[in-house]
Amino acid sequence: MSAITDLGVKAIRDGFRNGDFSAREVADAFNAAVAAARGLNAFVVETPELALAAAERADEARASGNLKPLSGVPLGIKDLFATKGVQTTASSRILEGFTPTYDSTVSGNLLAAGAGMLGKLNMDEFAMGSSNETSGFGPVISPWRRSDGGNAPLTPGGSSGGSAAAVAARIAPGVTGTDTGGSIRQPAAFVGITGIKPTYGRCSRYGMVAFASSLDQAGPMARDVRDCAIMLEAMAGFDPKDSTSLDLPVPQWEANLSADIRGKRIGIPREYRIEGVPEEIDRVWEQGIAWMRDAGAEIVEVSLPHTRYALPTYYIIAPAEASSNLARYDGVRYGRRKMPGQGGLTEMYEATRAAGFGAEVKRRIMIGTYVLSAGFYDAYFNQAQKVRALIARDFERVWEECDLLLTPTAPSAAFALGEKSNDPIAMYLNDVFAVPASLAGLPAMSVPAGLDKQGLPLGLQIIGRALDEQGVLDAGLAFEQRAGFTARAEAWW
Amino acid sequence: MVSSYRVQGATGEWEVVIGLEVHAQVTSRAKLFSGASTEFGAEPNAQVSLVDAAMPGMLPVPNRECIVQAVRTGMALQAQINTWSRFDRKNYFYADLPQGYQISQLYHPIVGEGLIEILLDDKDESSAKQVGIERIHLEQDAGKMLHDQHPSFSYVDLNRSGVALMEIVSKPDMRSPEEAGAYVRKLRSILRYVGSCDGNMEQGSMRADVNVSVRRPGEPLGTRTETKNVNSVRFIMAAIEYEASRQVDVLESGGKVVQETRLFDPDRVETRSLRSKEEAHDYRYFPDPDLLPIQLSDAFLDECRGSLPELPDAKRHRYETELGLSAYNASVLTAEVETARWFERLLTATGKAGPEIGRAASNWVISDLFGALNRLGKTITTSPVSPEQGAELLALVADGTLSGTLAKQVFEIMLETGEGPGTIVEERGLKQTSDTDAIEAVIAGVLEANAEKVAQYRSGKDKLFGFFVGQTMKAMQGKANPAVVNDLLKKALS
Amino acid sequence: MSVDTATVRHIARLARIAVSDGEVEALLPELNNILGWVEQLQEVDVAGVEPMTAVIPNRQRLRADEVSDGAIREQVLANAPVAEHGFFAVPKVIE
Ligand SMILES: [Mg+2]
Ligand SMILES: [Zn+2]
Repeated sequence: MSAITDLGVKAIRDGFRNGDFSAREVADAFNAAVAAARGLNAFVVETPELALAAAERADEARASGNLKPLSGVPLGIKDLFATKGVQTTASSRILEGFTPTYDSTVSGNLLAAGAGMLGKLNMDEFAMGSSNETSGFGPVISPWRRSDGGNAPLTPGGSSGGSAAAVAARIAPGVTGTDTGGSIRQPAAFVGITGIKPTYGRCSRYGMVAFASSLDQAGPMARDVRDCAIMLEAMAGFDPKDSTSLDLPVPQWEANLSADIRGKRIGIPREYRIEGVPEEIDRVWEQGIAWMRDAGAEIVEVSLPHTRYALPTYYIIAPAEASSNLARYDGVRYGRRKMPGQGGLTEMYEATRAAGFGAEVKRRIMIGTYVLSAGFYDAYFNQAQKVRALIARDFERVWEECDLLLTPTAPSAAFALGEKSNDPIAMYLNDVFAVPASLAGLPAMSVPAGLDKQGLPLGLQIIGRALDEQGVLDAGLAFEQRAGFTARAEAWW
Repeated sequence: MVSSYRVQGATGEWEVVIGLEVHAQVTSRAKLFSGASTEFGAEPNAQVSLVDAAMPGMLPVPNRECIVQAVRTGMALQAQINTWSRFDRKNYFYADLPQGYQISQLYHPIVGEGLIEILLDDKDESSAKQVGIERIHLEQDAGKMLHDQHPSFSYVDLNRSGVALMEIVSKPDMRSPEEAGAYVRKLRSILRYVGSCDGNMEQGSMRADVNVSVRRPGEPLGTRTETKNVNSVRFIMAAIEYEASRQVDVLESGGKVVQETRLFDPDRVETRSLRSKEEAHDYRYFPDPDLLPIQLSDAFLDECRGSLPELPDAKRHRYETELGLSAYNASVLTAEVETARWFERLLTATGKAGPEIGRAASNWVISDLFGALNRLGKTITTSPVSPEQGAELLALVADGTLSGTLAKQVFEIMLETGEGPGTIVEERGLKQTSDTDAIEAVIAGVLEANAEKVAQYRSGKDKLFGFFVGQTMKAMQGKANPAVVNDLLKKALS
Repeated sequence: MSVDTATVRHIARLARIAVSDGEVEALLPELNNILGWVEQLQEVDVAGVEPMTAVIPNRQRLRADEVSDGAIREQVLANAPVAEHGFFAVPKVIE
């Protein structure tokens, strides 16, 4: 038998049920792997004692025949999710020391389903970033290295970079991520794992530190499609505490999972062929199209005419919402307070926020404040909301011609830390393929497709109609079976 | 009616233009977006949910009752109800505002244009004036700060944070402090009838931002100032008076009125500029992405409409037409919902209807009951006499058991003891008598003792009749039925 | 549209973020780059288009008017940098 840490969510769940190993053995194995992988900087907080406690409960449950859906499975939780009694910072210094007295609905659902928590995963500060370099606790380092021997530390992507790195490095079988404009999909692609952002409203946002409320959506990241389906089923569900939560039953995504996609029409949006994208991206895309055809799907060329406006639209709406959502970090009720020697309340706010927020967060708050300010609201924010409606309409129309879309996830493979951090717009371009589905609230998943010339993973994205996670997962499974992606990063940490 | 109120300046007359933004706390058990209690007077921060404290990841979910109350209020003000409305965020930093924004409605308020009719003179229906309502929107209240508890700290209490407010915005239709006073009183009355706000100004359940400008009669609107958070009718009127004459002074001395926010100082009865070095507010309103638009169904609107009580204007008119009350009596009895309720319980208890009982009952309530309550420092809700007891008293007068004088005596005893009039009359023998034999005997005595006056009367001095009545009543200790006394005296003197 | 240093300071003030002169100088080109880049949205014809309000068609649910929360002062104050006598404490505001 291979090492326990080589197993994914399903294999652990089933192996534990079958008596192949105890939950305690699983927790011990992953706790040890987490401790041994600190060089990745994937965790902000490690909680081996919580993983063990859950494992003990799982072992008892197995003995008494009271197993829950995720009994025996330890998971990593992105630090954007509030966790009762465990520091939650969204990887921002401004929240350093903040210990919630409550659980986010999503992480609470997972724990209620029997899962254990290995710790809180590092991320871009307040989920603002695509490389994990904006984290207040230092960047996560990708377990992957280029095959050219250059050994430059690479980004795991962002903002769910700690999540991605943990799964890729086999220090967590599955993790939560959050996706505002690609933050699950782009890191999943960068490290060769699978991640799905469900339809906006499937997963409750209650207790998830808000970045951009109209875009934020939680989702699972794991080794394969089935693991994602298992986790998503446990995470999702109607929550009366979130006004934007969808009051719908959670489908049995795992039980209904099927690689039979014969007759499905898969759209290839021509606007996603953009200039300056490495030839290898096109190559895996063509390869992916061939696999889908092989699986019996019908390939249709489609058009999403407003695609090129998605990114600038996103970079107005997300910062605008963020500038307001982050106003609560003021040093009054929680988090770090900074008092300048002189001055009153206003000076305390200004000093606290200047010291607590990193450069990218400040930049976005400034942009967001500006686009909402008197005289600019119509030209920027309102215009962006209108263009957003057009982007959503593009998708509505395209569903008349196809059932799913297949696109690249990101315009490049993982880049080296520091490579893009001085050029915000170059960094923003990472999410050019991910953002449109976010703006329209659609389910979208990244699946590993292959390696580039330097031996780094590349992913493709499957986008579905609102609420059609099943269609996305099924196509992902068909894809995965044909891609046969087994490459993994060699442990250097 | 055109108001003749003018500020007399050194250079002539000025007209005052007034608009009010009234913040009324919505009557609800829980807050607008959280399940924390709205009860007044709790320990600091004891009625605060994680949502109200804006903990990371907390989200608002609207309270249905607050929406119902705003819609019912809109209906009572004959206003446009917007079946599609939305919440916006008003962004600014202050320690009493945990989220860093107030959830309010700017772009699509729940209630649009409506109106309120005010009477400038209670006694005169023709003094009616209509004041336009611009809109009503729902929003959250902020917390409270205490600045005097510690030498270097201000203290923050979030109990009020998130309590639902209706901001009721009038059009600039008022032209005098009296009109503004009448408007606020009328608005308060309607809110209390509807039950959407308790109207308790001392506890801050109602407070007004007062917009004032002045102009030469007939000229376009002048620049206005906004005096914030004025919390009594008297202060609102005082603030307008002060602000109007201040603006006239500024203009007449060649200056310009600055559009600004001001504060009313009740001790010095003046307004003061709140302008500080801070740059102008820029609230960066935008639709709250945590909330979806509110869509009201027909069933919802029917429910709101169906639960509206008879409102003060309708009631006043009904009292005038059905009960034959004077404009004044009708107006006094309908101004406060508790008064009207008390009065109607009284009417019901009499088992009668129409002008016959209406006039007697209204007169008794307004003169006898109100007089007594005033004297005792009580209100209609703390009245020691119940409407049912009042009805019994009126019935004893109507059936001749009590004379007016006796009724007053009995009422005094009722106030003192809380006993019912029937019992009092029984136990103290205060019944008025119609026993002709007894009265005739007394009359005989009176006439005998005043033989001279009898002669004068008989020789044509009619006015003396009243004297004989008085003497007879006095001898009967007020218990004789005056009608019977009249009859018998006339007979005896003829 | 582009911003100048005075505007950068004004925005920073609105956002309650203290900025040094050096930071203002650094932010100026960054913000102008981003604002210049998003400017391309102006070319989109949005005539007759309503701004998006709800991402996924969904109705606002309304809560029953019940006291179901609050009375958790300890939790509310648990993470406060300074709390005294049941209040949050902030630098004194002189009104
Ligand atoms: Mg106002
Ligand atoms: Zn207001």
